[in-house]
Amino acid sequence: MSTPVTPAPAQPAPAAQTAPGATRPRVGWKTPIVYGLAALVTLLLFVPGTPAGEQTTFQFGSGTEFFTIPDVPVPALITIVLLTVIMAAAAVWAVLLVRQRRHAPAWLHVVVGVAFVLAFLTYAGAGRTSVIPMVSLLAGALALSVPLVFGAMSGVICERSGIINIAIEGQLLFGAFAAAVVASAVGTGYAGLVAAPIAGGIVGAMLAWFAVSYRVNQIIVGVVLNTLIIGLTGFLFATVLADNKEMWNTRMPLPRLPIPLLSEIPVVGPVLFNQTILVYLMYALIFGLQFMLFRSRWGLRTRAVGEHPKAADTVGIKVNVRRVWNTILGGAIAGLGGAFFTVGSGLAFGREMSAGQGYIALAAMILGKWNPYGAVAAALLFGFSKNLGNVLSTIGSGVPSEILLMLPYVITIFAVAGFVGRVRPPAAEGVPYTKS
Amino acid sequence: MSDKHDPSLSEGSDAGEEQANVAAPPAETGTGTDGADAAPAGTHGPTHREQDRPSVLHQILSGSALMSVLAIVLALFIGGLLIAFADQETRDASGYFFSRPTDTLAAGWSAMWDAYVAMFRGSVFDWQAASFAAMIKPLTESLVFAVPLILAGLGIAVGFRAGLFNIGAQGQIIVGAIVAAWLGFAFDLPPVIHLLVAILGGAIGGAVYGGIPGLLKARFGANEVIVTIMLNYIAVYLISYMLKQPAFNPGRTGQRSPAVAPEATYPLLVPDWLVPGNTFRLHWGFVVAILATLFVWWLLERSTIGFELRAAGANPAAARTAGMSVGRVILVTMLIAGALSGLAATAQVLGTERSLTAGVAASYGFDAITVALLGRSRPWGTFFAGLLFGALKAGGFLMQSLTATPIDIVLVVQSIIVLLIAAPPLVRAVFRLPSPGSRSRRQSRSTTKEVTA
Repeated sequence: MSTPVTPAPAQPAPAAQTAPGATRPRVGWKTPIVYGLAALVTLLLFVPGTPAGEQTTFQFGSGTEFFTIPDVPVPALITIVLLTVIMAAAAVWAVLLVRQRRHAPAWLHVVVGVAFVLAFLTYAGAGRTSVIPMVSLLAGALALSVPLVFGAMSGVICERSGIINIAIEGQLLFGAFAAAVVASAVGTGYAGLVAAPIAGGIVGAMLAWFAVSYRVNQIIVGVVLNTLIIGLTGFLFATVLADNKEMWNTRMPLPRLPIPLLSEIPVVGPVLFNQTILVYLMYALIFGLQFMLFRSRWGLRTRAVGEHPKAADTVGIKVNVRRVWNTILGGAIAGLGGAFFTVGSGLAFGREMSAGQGYIALAAMILGKWNPYGAVAAALLFGFSKNLGNVLSTIGSGVPSEILLMLPYVITIFAVAGFVGRVRPPAAEGVPYTKS
Repeated sequence: MSDKHDPSLSEGSDAGEEQANVAAPPAETGTGTDGADAAPAGTHGPTHREQDRPSVLHQILSGSALMSVLAIVLALFIGGLLIAFADQETRDASGYFFSRPTDTLAAGWSAMWDAYVAMFRGSVFDWQAASFAAMIKPLTESLVFAVPLILAGLGIAVGFRAGLFNIGAQGQIIVGAIVAAWLGFAFDLPPVIHLLVAILGGAIGGAVYGGIPGLLKARFGANEVIVTIMLNYIAVYLISYMLKQPAFNPGRTGQRSPAVAPEATYPLLVPDWLVPGNTFRLHWGFVVAILATLFVWWLLERSTIGFELRAAGANPAAARTAGMSVGRVILVTMLIAGALSGLAATAQVLGTERSLTAGVAASYGFDAITVALLGRSRPWGTFFAGLLFGALKAGGFLMQSLTATPIDIVLVVQSIIVLLIAAPPLVRAVFRLPSPGSRSRRQSRSTTKEVTA
């Protein structure tokens, strides 16, 4: 029901394609339609569903800030009506923009997205004694997004060079496994951060080996590698790890490293800047990858190899060498992300603990149109909707949590089918390259 | 394997194996000589043409049947190494490996031997059982596990032949199971009709769910791999949602639907007069699996739609030029694939489990991918691959209970088999077999692929 709405914030604004003075090309009607639907859903579902006079309480504090923001009780119905008006106004404005053949600005997507989510939260929390814990909602969303972001970055690196990396799932899982085992054996979580990328890199190397050397279909190799890693880690978990749990599978959490000052900003601080080193590495990776991919020689060559390997080969880029190294690098990054499942969240290794996150990371990458920033936005969206499902099922709202949990997947299908902008993969993706 | 003679059609779908074969020697450096072969690799087919058969021995040594057998042997060996490695005695003995290496080897060997003997006893024939029925019960158990694998594997194989990667068998099984179970327990119909209605419902449920990615691909060009993966997850949440609904869970007893009416269940296949005192779970779903295999064989090899399907898989552009509607072929293929997965679901809910649970699909949908790959997307190949993996599964359970070797080893063995099958040069390198390359074949293959590369 709210399906078409939530992708809006995830979608980076398309670059302005028009020179001033030139006739502008037509702009699609998707944006105003999606905005209008958001307003309509709010009007038809949330407004009648909220009894007048009830309050929703938002909690913004977590106790570690400069000053504590008190809980904010808001009159539910009025808030929802107000938010509906905002969304309707945005829709009207978007209609006007389309008629002038202009694109809606990126911040408008964010405004509508936030308004819709707030309206939903207000509706869900109206008249209940429990508060809506904003900090834990956002922090949990970020935590659920971390492996997705790492996995999506891995996917970007591999697919931009023309290798489809379905094995993200296996890389995450093997990274989680290696991180847990090595950290437990050495006695510090940081050792896991060394082992995880190596493990992920091994899976990446196997993918590259079969995909490049033997030119086996990359999707097949990826799917089979995932099965192999699930079987292998499950087997070792039930034998070696179970035999000597203290030695091989003790919880070794990474310590939280709050950044001075930044971590004390209300809401933002506890969510973003009171994290383990793994999350800070993720921030660096996101910005670093976006820069490297579009501003460095490595990035140019990677993209060339993925878009037109023959041309790249002609100018002397070693296509297959580049692909192999990128796949190994991608595997290592996904492996590092896998460390979040174990040392990053302070858990011991468990059977199949990546639970399909690798496939969702793949979806995030596609939804993000093979761009690091876009992929991160999509991963955050997935993490948020999943956490929203979890939080709401504990608060107890009228919406079945299964429906919420389905949302990311439904959105992805819509995205892949072309409803959320055009999705175009790298041209040579999945095609083995051989010199003729 | 080499019984097909329509080279124009077999090219694309055979590309995986063929190009791998050709590229065997120089593959390590990534400079295969055969640039024209850059077609999407995937399913497999005849490795030989009539015109260039060197010798019978050469053919046997390089043939794909032998490759499959060797891949299975090698995978079992690697799995055995893993079992030996995980064995406590072996690891203890390896502590003094350099003073008495035989201890380690003997301990490792016995761990491996015990595990595989248990697996054999659990999957084929248990000579320690009390009665004849109990002795051959493992074989029927293997067939019970094989039925959904075969049916879903056929669905995936049909997709592969049309060039579609249907990863969504899992979701299609789940939706088929929901429909079949609901028809099974919510209605009251005469015996045979009820079963047929439930089977048909399951097949339609799977077909509709399989048709979604087909429609999206045909209409919008949506990548079916992503869509089917997403649909798998949606199906998982769907079944957990359905099981909470009053219609599926009237007594609120937990995660299990009411039992399917006896009229709607598959009858048992082995009657008591044939094998007295048997407790076999094998049901008529096995016959459905055989019939489905025959149907898929007919569909792919003898029917017009099958011809179009293979043509679209081999070369969509050529198929389009020849006047076929590739979009329609994609949709029909996915409908058939989904229906076959739906049948796999009926084997579960109407045969083995007889009610709907959240884990009704187990991992059959994913295992079926490996089944189709091992079967090289041929109907009978898939059938026997399904039997093999069913046996591995059934044997795995006894192995787990007798030797404490976790059943996860089966997953490892399965995936290694498929990896090896997909890369014949690797198997050849391990066993030092000749490669089947020959010049005439290479030249005959340089067709349209340059454009796509």
